Amino acid sequence: MSLIEITEVRKSFGTNEVLKGINIDVDPGEVIAIIGKSGSGKSTLLRCINGLETIDSGSIAVAGAQLLPDELHLRALRLKIGMIFQSFNLFPHLTAGKNVMLSQMVVKKVPTADAEATARKMLDRVGLAHKFDAYPEELSGGQQQRVAIARALAMQPMALLCDEITSALDPELVNEVLAVVKELAAEGMTLLMVTHEMRFARDVCTRVVFMHQGRVHEIGAPQDVFGDPKTPELKQFLGLQAA
Amino acid sequence: MTYSFDFSWIGEYLPVLLKGVGITVELILVGAFFGVALGTLCAWIRALGPLWLRPVVGAYVEMIRNTPFLIQLFFIFFGLPSLGFRMSELQAANLAMIVNLGAYSCEIIRAGIQATPRGQFEAGASLAMSPIQTFWHVVLIPSLQRIWPALSSQIVIVMLGSAAVSQIAAEDLTFAANFIQSRNFRAFEAYLVSTVIYLFLAIVLRQLLRGAGALLFAKRRAAQ
Repeated sequence: MSLIEITEVRKSFGTNEVLKGINIDVDPGEVIAIIGKSGSGKSTLLRCINGLETIDSGSIAVAGAQLLPDELHLRALRLKIGMIFQSFNLFPHLTAGKNVMLSQMVVKKVPTADAEATARKMLDRVGLAHKFDAYPEELSGGQQQRVAIARALAMQPMALLCDEITSALDPELVNEVLAVVKELAAEGMTLLMVTHEMRFARDVCTRVVFMHQGRVHEIGAPQDVFGDPKTPELKQFLGLQAA
Repeated sequence: MTYSFDFSWIGEYLPVLLKGVGITVELILVGAFFGVALGTLCAWIRALGPLWLRPVVGAYVEMIRNTPFLIQLFFIFFGLPSLGFRMSELQAANLAMIVNLGAYSCEIIRAGIQATPRGQFEAGASLAMSPIQTFWHVVLIPSLQRIWPALSSQIVIVMLGSAAVSQIAAEDLTFAANFIQSRNFRAFEAYLVSTVIYLFLAIVLRQLLRGAGALLFAKRRAAQ
């Protein structure tokens, strides 16, 4: 059974329809890259999956449970799916360790000692065990993003949504974040990532989704999507054809 | 100038002065604590709370911010007993200051909340926190940090405004100064002494608020 089932999802902002009937099924352990021009709807799709945007029609189901826009269903869904943002969104008044502990304690009512143990383990997993007591402003962008990954992992999600998580980083910091994601992929985490890192998408992902004007324009294994693009739009996007 | 200054009365009236200082300090501590608490609640309602409650809080805020403190005080002390709400001078003074600071701090704190980057709310939501949990654990402290200097100033303003409570015979520092000069006719000296004490209290209060800020916001940090 698919872990995430996206069926005929439509979404408009005002009169602007940004998602025009999206169908994607994601199996457990899959690593999916969503690529496309800005405005193609890829970030919106990701945000719909964990309910940060409401969909107008169609359905999204995670592990068999339908996404419904009420508080109770949304929270149940968000316990299954973590999200990592382009702008990190760490809590600036809390240390890295406390950032990772907070939702465990507030949402899952985990005792402080256990939450701290989990936080140390997760920070260690992203190579930042020594930054437990550092505040976000004392960390580099790459380190902040790795803390954000640890924070999402501490909730033990079944899948992670990554929304352009390296786009706000200096080039030399991109690799340290991608290395962590690569490790997660190797451990079997289900990942849906909107990304502009084509090399990473080619090397690590099981499938690549090319979105164009609110539709899934092409979908397939990375070697097919990158090696043998079928549509002129994808060819143009990949720079294989003069504009 | 033929006026000869005479401060020899201070010893005799020290108990009156000290009592006045004590009541002024009590008024500002109670007023600041509950006023900011009320202001925080109202700010949450106006910025993020249930839609039907927002105009109610809005009406309260506008009513208080557009009427004189003295009238609010008189209304509570002389007006409300007609409806059966009778209270002592001190209770009325406390209530008036809480209600007054609540309205002003509501608007200051609301500005802090509304300056919160959307990503903070989204991060809270994506970690399965409820909107109220996100507000309490994620949004509130950085919001207060953003507006702490403005809020501190407002608290000092309310402390100085507390002089008005002497008009309902709450025995604060201004009441003590009035009382002393009516007895010994040393108006200049009595008001000079009370002025110096108010100045001292205001400086101490500012330092306390700065210290509270340092404690609350362990390190200065810009929101991401």
